[in-house]
Amino acid sequence: MMRFIWPFVIFVLLAGFLYVGLHLNPHEVPSPLVGKPAPAFNLSQLHEPTKQFSPQDMKGQVWLLNVWASWCVSCKVEHPVLLALSRKNIVPIYGLDYKDQREAGMAWLQESGNPYVLSASDIEGRIGIDYGVYGVPETYVIDKQGVIRYKQIGPVTQQSLHEKILPLVAELQAK
Amino acid sequence: MKYLLILLFCLSPGFSYAGEAKDMADDPVLEKRMIGLAQNLRCLVCQNESLASSHSELAEDLRREVREQMQKGMSDQEIIDYLVSRYGDFVLFDPPVKSYTLLLWYGPFALLLAGLAGLVIQLRKRKNKITEAKLSDEDTKRAADLLNPSKES
Repeated sequence: MMRFIWPFVIFVLLAGFLYVGLHLNPHEVPSPLVGKPAPAFNLSQLHEPTKQFSPQDMKGQVWLLNVWASWCVSCKVEHPVLLALSRKNIVPIYGLDYKDQREAGMAWLQESGNPYVLSASDIEGRIGIDYGVYGVPETYVIDKQGVIRYKQIGPVTQQSLHEKILPLVAELQAK
Repeated sequence: MKYLLILLFCLSPGFSYAGEAKDMADDPVLEKRMIGLAQNLRCLVCQNESLASSHSELAEDLRREVREQMQKGMSDQEIIDYLVSRYGDFVLFDPPVKSYTLLLWYGPFALLLAGLAGLVIQLRKRKNKITEAKLSDEDTKRAADLLNPSKES
């Protein structure tokens, strides 16, 4: 009897590891930027190219930076969630139009609604690199001091919004 | 025959060689250095490809970034640090030894040691189990006869 116990224990352990592994997403790479100040930039705004937007302007507020693009398919998935959130006026959402043409970006917002207070236009994707963006959409929660508190990789869902983002925003706003 | 030769020529491996993803290269020395560095960096979009070989747009942008930083005179280590500070250790194909990578680095050796220890224990146990079989005088004689058939004849 004893001789069967060890192989069985090893089997159960291995099966346990593999089961957990099934539910991990290798595309979710933890960002080293969480807990660090949001990288500074100065970009022209999407709708008013003569005006600039910088994260410095947002000091003293909790805000979301959502990286999107008109060519991004998953952004269409999260769009209704963002639109609904923007209507509630809980937290301002700012957009970073990543590697996109101005006209295409504006046309897409015109067509499907604009959840953003404003969007900054990162045509060459350089600011994206500074923020460690590797798959659009990505969403950053930034606190009053300008520190990144959370990064959502992939579309914002109802679940991630209510379980992670909104509780965190409420906590940061109370500080 | 002529067509066959042409067909053979077209199918020869020289034509199907894809090579590294190409970018505008003004300075071949710099390009070589960039490719050398990028081969040890992971593309975050196609995660098993290196930055040097990936055709994804992000990889192209990152190669451009690396090239520009090299032109600014940054050392390879500075560029690696820059990328790690944005994308994490994940961009490195060669992960650094840290508290949470100890298992990755030394786990296989621990398994090897555990296996060796198990083997030694098993062998010792088996040694104890082997006992000399007692043979009767008759059997000993039979065995000797069998082993030395020449005497019998």
